[in-house]
Amino acid sequence: MTELTSTTSSRRRILAPPASESTARHEIAVQINGEAIEAEVESRLLLTDFLRERLGLTGTHVGCEQGSCGACTVLLDDVPIRSCLLLAPQIDGRSIRTVEGLAERDGTPNKMQQAFCDHHGLQCGFCTPGLLITLTSLAEREVPVTLDELDHHLDSSICRCTGYMNIRNAARYALGLMPPRVEDRSGERDGP
Amino acid sequence: MSEESPGYVGRSVPRVEDERLVRGAGRFVADLHVADAADVAFLRSTQAHALISRLDTSRARSMPGVIAVYEAADVVDQITPLVAAELRVPPGLAELGPINKVQPVPILANPEVTYVGQPVAMVVAESRYLAEDAVELIEIDYDELPAVVDLELAVAPDAPLVLIDEQDNVGVHIRHGKGDAARAIANAAVVVADTFSTQRHVCAPLETRGILAEQDPFSGALTVWSSTQTPHRLRDHIAESIDVLADDVRVQAVDVGGGFGQKGTVVVEELLVPYAARHLGRPVRWIADRYENLTADAHAREQVHHITVAADADGKLVAVQDRFLVNLGARNMTGLVVPYNALCHLVGPYQVDNVDIEATGVLTNTTFTSPYRGAGRPEATFAMERALDLLAIEIGMEPSELRRRNLIGPEQMPYRTGMLDRRGLPQEYDSGDYPELLSRAVDMIDLPSVRKRQSSPPAGGRVIGVGFAMYIEMTGSGPFEGARVEVTRSGRVRLYTGASSQGQGHRTTFAQILADSFGVDMADIDVVAGDTSRIPDGIGTVASRALVTAGNATRQAGHLLRQRVLDAAADVMESNPADLELNKGIISVVGSPTKSITLAELIRAVPHAPGGTGSDGLSETSYFRPPNYATASGAHAVVVEVEPLTGRVSVVDYVVVHEAGRIVNPRIADAQIVGGVAQGIGGILCEHIVYDPSGQPLTSTFADYAMPLASMIPDIRLDEIVCPSPTNPLGVKGLGEGGAVGPPAAIANAVEDALRRMAGADVTIRTGPLSPSRVLGLLAASPSLN
Ligand code: FES
Ligand code: FES
Repeated sequence: MTELTSTTSSRRRILAPPASESTARHEIAVQINGEAIEAEVESRLLLTDFLRERLGLTGTHVGCEQGSCGACTVLLDDVPIRSCLLLAPQIDGRSIRTVEGLAERDGTPNKMQQAFCDHHGLQCGFCTPGLLITLTSLAEREVPVTLDELDHHLDSSICRCTGYMNIRNAARYALGLMPPRVEDRSGERDGP
Repeated sequence: MSEESPGYVGRSVPRVEDERLVRGAGRFVADLHVADAADVAFLRSTQAHALISRLDTSRARSMPGVIAVYEAADVVDQITPLVAAELRVPPGLAELGPINKVQPVPILANPEVTYVGQPVAMVVAESRYLAEDAVELIEIDYDELPAVVDLELAVAPDAPLVLIDEQDNVGVHIRHGKGDAARAIANAAVVVADTFSTQRHVCAPLETRGILAEQDPFSGALTVWSSTQTPHRLRDHIAESIDVLADDVRVQAVDVGGGFGQKGTVVVEELLVPYAARHLGRPVRWIADRYENLTADAHAREQVHHITVAADADGKLVAVQDRFLVNLGARNMTGLVVPYNALCHLVGPYQVDNVDIEATGVLTNTTFTSPYRGAGRPEATFAMERALDLLAIEIGMEPSELRRRNLIGPEQMPYRTGMLDRRGLPQEYDSGDYPELLSRAVDMIDLPSVRKRQSSPPAGGRVIGVGFAMYIEMTGSGPFEGARVEVTRSGRVRLYTGASSQGQGHRTTFAQILADSFGVDMADIDVVAGDTSRIPDGIGTVASRALVTAGNATRQAGHLLRQRVLDAAADVMESNPADLELNKGIISVVGSPTKSITLAELIRAVPHAPGGTGSDGLSETSYFRPPNYATASGAHAVVVEVEPLTGRVSVVDYVVVHEAGRIVNPRIADAQIVGGVAQGIGGILCEHIVYDPSGQPLTSTFADYAMPLASMIPDIRLDEIVCPSPTNPLGVKGLGEGGAVGPPAAIANAVEDALRRMAGADVTIRTGPLSPSRVLGLLAASPSLN
């Protein structure tokens, strides 16, 4: 393998904006996945680019930059928002949680993450972080979630691969809206 | 296969890919951090057809933060124009006298631009922000030329030329058939002739296309990370077009966020970026934005079929005649792939003696097109299955019964259609049981009860309809795919193949196959797919081929490696290979399991073994060349509800019965079908790339190009039958595309069934998308309702 800096560790590296970027700079202080970060950012830096390029949190994906697909969803003070529609200076003083901050303290995947694995809720995995954020925020809510609410929230994201069925099943299960998946189709299937 | 002990094949083994991806630790091209990488933005044509009269990049070139600006003149002698590999015509088809124009794509356009979105200049800057700023500073003027967008208009006499240097707007033409269709139609008891079109789509994987290239300052070799579906093809294209040795180009497909055909077509951007990385001696990356993805990357599916089907009074088909047009966009990029796929799959599972099909690939001043999941089959199936429904209405027969009467029977397998396949060889369906597919679909959807519900007044004003569609898919196209397997220093087993994954879970399914054929636990296997430095040749993951070709290559390589390991162990252990067995990574003497050696010990011992062959040994490469296509098939049945007041269509029940040979991982296989069905549902209900008559794209965001959302997709019910393919030792068939083939036809049939039940409405659905406004329009236009 050619040397690559892996951008998915918990290391935090604050890059200065490119010297040639001529817009005004802002000092921001934010909480990202529980960690205090101070950074100098240019006025027009998208929150997605701040997370991905400056902090190396590349789990937040960009599917459209148009606010339509939901891949970039993060929690802003515990509310799911599209990070492609915000500028980094706008989050000064706020807290952000990304997919990298979803696992339990000991590193085990949270219930929704585990349900996605158990129910084959992802194929390419590109939409997955946004959906996990949206659905985890539902799961962490105190008021129980109804099936209708779940369906409403699922429509916040585009998944091009799965046809949504296994995502819905994973979410239903993790939200306690259906019993665990029965291992119905194991074993060799052969012959008509 | 008794020798393949652990028996992973056939089980819903959990995917090894998932853990990393749910943590946000995927590694997509845009996630890679290469120090000092520069970003690219393109100036793209805003005109559908024009001559550039002035192009001034000087202000952009001098903008701070801009590293370089390339226009056509800068690269014309440096990069060979792109000629797609798919333009080859096999000898058998060449005898049919096809037209297949080779039209190299200019790397950057000048002076002629031929579609909106065509790259005109490339800016490389310190950031994407700055690159886009610089694009704004480029001054460009155009002299407009007449443009043609509509494919029927493009082949009309006196149509404006799409490319000013061509004689006409035909890029591809081929005609093929059997028997005497014209005569059979003239003598038939019932004839239905109509026009059915599939509207323009875009694959729109959620991850757009991306490429990052870096040149090693010492060796000059290029490393390219790409979201391609076809890494080896991309490597060869890059090597040829910028004149470097293929050995010095390493393409790696990292995590790829869906492809569906769009990323299986090499585009000029993928040559420009590596070129710039070499030219500038600096890593360069380009990540398409969604606007580029929807307007300037490959579109698909747009076809118009003028089809005639004829039957005797009992509904037995006697002839099918079809003249169809395929919108190629501004260049013939993939030749016969889509037109001929549509041609040779049109008649599908039915036995018809007289066939005459003429396909014309038409150039228009629109973005070029590529195959999209199904690659001509959904479009052909739409025409054929719609025509069958009209025929059933004409005869007064239940549509599923009409289908049943015409299906090829299992006793006729292998079945020769009397036509030529895509390779130009006699078309032969290897195995299948189409009547069983249909009868199960009819049972599962419970046709009698649907018909009964239809005869009582609609609940809540919503009218229901039921529709069917059947198709076959010749999968596992060659010519080959490879697998290289090796024992690593730590005693693990690694598999390398060119058939990379865009989400299909190859790391899991290929490991299942290798675990069985070699004889280790899956946990001891790593799969590295899509790294051209690890296996010299490959093609990629397109056309439902990976499992058939790479899967069987993996199995073969596993067997060869197993023998290799036993031979080497025999040298080291000073015994006879025939007396040794390999189980769970431990080689032992049969009957005395204490005399054993692990793979890790073996790989270290091999170089020291006295009397060995001297070959390093513990690695094997194998290529699988499928002798014929493995033909998968399916029957889809659907119940829809239509709200007459709003025109809204809901899919309330969707059933798929499919046949795709032996199944390696049932859960992954089922999910492939469901994903395909969802794309088909989106295709018929909401997706539509729209151009205005001047060639301006009107659907450039996901707000305009409506993608299917979760609420549109019901819990799809699946069943399957298994007719192992005799074409390959694993007995598998491809199934990546199948799910997407049936829905447009099945849903259109169901919606029409519903509409026809409304107060004598007399409607024919000829195209999608069946958006609420279009459904209302169909009702408003129905003569019997007015
Ligand atoms: S990237 Fe933000 S919504 Fe799509
Ligand atoms: S898994 Fe690929 S977009 Fe959802």
